[in-house]
Amino acid sequence: MAHPYIPNSAPRVKAEMLREIGVSSVEELYADIPESLRFKGEMNLPEPLRSECELRRHVEGILAKNKTCQEYLNFLGAGCWQHYVPAVCDEINRRAEFLTAYGGEPYEDHGRFQALFEYASMMGELVDMDVVNVPTYDWAQAASTSLRMAARITGRKQLLLPRIMSPDRLSVIRNYCQPDLEVTLVDYHRDTGQLNLDDLREKLSSQTAAVYFENPSYLGFIESQGEEISALAHQHGALCVVGVDPISLGVLAPPSAYGADIVCGELQPLGIHMQYGGGLSGFIATRDEERFVAEYPSRLFGLAPTVVEGEYGFGDVLFERTSFALRERGKEFVGTATALWGITAGVYLALLGPDGMQELGKGIMQRSQYAMKRLSQIKGLRVPAFGSAHFKEFVVDFNASGKTVAEANRALLERGIFGGKDLSAEFPQLGQCALYCVTEVHTKADIDRLADALQDCLR
Amino acid sequence: MGMDMSSRLRRFHQARWDEPIIYELSTEGERGLLVPEVEEEIEEAVGDGVSKIPECMRRKRPPNPPQLSQPEVLRHYLRLSQETLGADLNIDVGQGTCTMKYSPKVNEELARSAKVTELHPLQDEDTVQGILEIMYKMDLFLREISGLDQFSFQPGGGAQALFAIASIIRAYHQDRGETQRDEIITTIFSHPVNAAAAAVAGFKVITLYPDEDGYPDIQALKAAVSERTAGLMITNPEDTGIFNPRIAEFTWIVHEAGGLCSYDQANANGILGITRAKEAGFDLCFFNLHKTFSSPHGCGGPAVGALGVTRELARYLPRPTVEFDGRKYRLNYDMPHSIGKVRSFYGAVPVVLRAYAWVMSLGAEGLREVAEIAVLNNNYLLKKVREIPGASAPYARGRHRMEQVRYSFEELARETGVGTEDVQRRMFDFGVHYWTSHHPWVVPEPFTLEPTESYSRKELDEYVAILRHVAREAYTDPDKVRNAPYNSVVHKIDHAALDDPSRWAVTWRAYLKKVKGR
Repeated sequence: MAHPYIPNSAPRVKAEMLREIGVSSVEELYADIPESLRFKGEMNLPEPLRSECELRRHVEGILAKNKTCQEYLNFLGAGCWQHYVPAVCDEINRRAEFLTAYGGEPYEDHGRFQALFEYASMMGELVDMDVVNVPTYDWAQAASTSLRMAARITGRKQLLLPRIMSPDRLSVIRNYCQPDLEVTLVDYHRDTGQLNLDDLREKLSSQTAAVYFENPSYLGFIESQGEEISALAHQHGALCVVGVDPISLGVLAPPSAYGADIVCGELQPLGIHMQYGGGLSGFIATRDEERFVAEYPSRLFGLAPTVVEGEYGFGDVLFERTSFALRERGKEFVGTATALWGITAGVYLALLGPDGMQELGKGIMQRSQYAMKRLSQIKGLRVPAFGSAHFKEFVVDFNASGKTVAEANRALLERGIFGGKDLSAEFPQLGQCALYCVTEVHTKADIDRLADALQDCLR
Repeated sequence: MGMDMSSRLRRFHQARWDEPIIYELSTEGERGLLVPEVEEEIEEAVGDGVSKIPECMRRKRPPNPPQLSQPEVLRHYLRLSQETLGADLNIDVGQGTCTMKYSPKVNEELARSAKVTELHPLQDEDTVQGILEIMYKMDLFLREISGLDQFSFQPGGGAQALFAIASIIRAYHQDRGETQRDEIITTIFSHPVNAAAAAVAGFKVITLYPDEDGYPDIQALKAAVSERTAGLMITNPEDTGIFNPRIAEFTWIVHEAGGLCSYDQANANGILGITRAKEAGFDLCFFNLHKTFSSPHGCGGPAVGALGVTRELARYLPRPTVEFDGRKYRLNYDMPHSIGKVRSFYGAVPVVLRAYAWVMSLGAEGLREVAEIAVLNNNYLLKKVREIPGASAPYARGRHRMEQVRYSFEELARETGVGTEDVQRRMFDFGVHYWTSHHPWVVPEPFTLEPTESYSRKELDEYVAILRHVAREAYTDPDKVRNAPYNSVVHKIDHAALDDPSRWAVTWRAYLKKVKGR
């Protein structure tokens, strides 16, 4: 029986094609593969479910074991966040033309180039910078590449990073920057979480390529010393690299306003489903200076004229930088990453517009402040653990509650709630603390339900 | 028996909406989406929220995305989608090395179910047993398909998988105290990222060129290996579609020198169930689940470079791995030798799900059928393309190829002055892709076709008819080809500005400043 995905598996066609080629069997086409390399066994795979009906039943049966953030009330963030995904975002990214396109040229794939150019244009406005790349894998990769770019631009090797950044992201950066670059962590103030500028001053030197920090930080507080940090970096001839959650930029200053030279971050909040962490997508932005542009490994799509007056064409800006053009002499490497999420983030920004981004940012500030207020009234909890302003996420300190975060989360789970991320393994110095995330998807009733449930299980 | 497509050309014209840049469609005051309002009680309790932001960190000027109503946003993007030639719409054999096969719609629906999209990666393991089961079982499938012992889905594409591989090779030698091993050997017909990722990981790169028959030069390999050899990173079959029958000698030579061997199986479409990484002596490999395993390419991701290793190297895999104790699936972070992470969380999980569903729809026999038909289609196409004036298939004369062929229009260029990039633009006038090759062009005036298993003989005939028409046109009316395209979305592009710092514009605001002087 011919397989529905394989047209020429129809026996008669197959026979005719073999005849046309001049062989009697497919086996002859494999003549170049010696016997010793042939796989002689049988792959131990399950019996196929050849009908779509059976296949769907099977996969849906397995997926039914999952409990989603629609079924449970979710307060997890920590690098992947539950925001509302507008219907038009999904409508566009499931269009067959975009979903199944790949590496065509700016003629037959003109729409793909334009959509990604527009994505870069809107992100450029959000971060207030003139150059934005075609997206990379995630924030961690965007930060890693931003730091390597800074090292190439300055010709230096030392990187200064905050001690309480995401360990997951730090792990990616450490591995990516080996063996050329040296990562040094800068201390923070225990009470506010803010970067310790004395420690920064001590560690800055003529070897420093970049000072990196994030806004909002991994633990949710706003690092408000942006200007001081970038000024210190610049005094030592280093670049200032800032990682940012773009959904905060309706209300928070773009990092370029406080001196960032390279900005990077995560696109997932902009209209992309969490997908068990599969929705991540990273961006990098800089000023439009040749010394920056020449160091991007990513593709950069630029506007170009065609032979027809007034017609927009596109193409790769400075393609000769890339590993496609130069192999190991190119800037790092480039390949398939997350273009579809770049297009989606563009759709999201176009839908929200300036007012939407501001209102959204404000609403998240209000809801998260309300949540902090409610939780801080619970005996045994200290909220927020860091005395700074916060955006979207904040640390809840359970140390005085008599319960571990794991115990509290188990109790919450029984009540249909995913509690905040347990930080006790990542940051033992904090003891029993959890990172909570509140966004526009949460109502007052959701937050009250969390507070009541926590109160109840800490009693 | 239906229509004969071997000589018929479609009167194709791609959608040409002449669509403005989205900023040109903006009208002050329009809204595309309203956000949920905060309840009064919250406002009463905490005020406006934003005045808590320290003055210096407040946004002074509002951000400047365009202002459009929802239907205008939708129409704009639908027009752009129509101006994009997805694999679902064309006979996509022209993007060689990319394995543009059919991505089944049922798998797309499954991947877009809320049971996948609405999962947070840090949920309690008890609440994600379904998705962990899929990941674990896909790992088991790939162990069977490769013969290797464990896989990670963390790399977000082939390039990141190659970087992870280079990282593992580095960690392995470091653990053994052999830090002098700082050279990676690759071949010119292996994907450029084999070389580039190795260089980022700190290795010196040695590149082997083909011998007269198109095989990587084994003498050159023997001369290249030494106590500095860290590993070999190679593709087989290479982009030429020629299977290197001496590949086990290659891995043997490198092993004897103390190096590890990595098999770039980004595209394994011609050899599923036929030959495996294990039998050829490889220690590491990766499969692109968005190529061979049918997940759609998404304009360039999301993607997964599924990274496999032998038991000896499993401890270096990115963490966490997915484990199963017979009762429960869990994420294992207890991997002290791990290279750490290459991507946050666990990779593009929906891509893994689509690949799982695809394998489940085929089984062992079906996978082999995929490979056989991909090779059948390719050799059928090879025969037809060779008959086209000016076209040739360098190397391996008289032999068969695996899943793709790197062809040459050298003769066409010599005889007509029309090069492969001219042919490329003209092909777009007929609604198909045509890819030349990565640089450097070792094969002169190259083009690379890969028919996969997804196109019928009629469709292959149609593609050949278009190619033949364009080649003939090069002889009869070369200017017509040189000035193409005519029926594509836009006309011939002037690329000069793209390399000129005073004129290039990567964003609309840069364009307004530099080109429009605003």
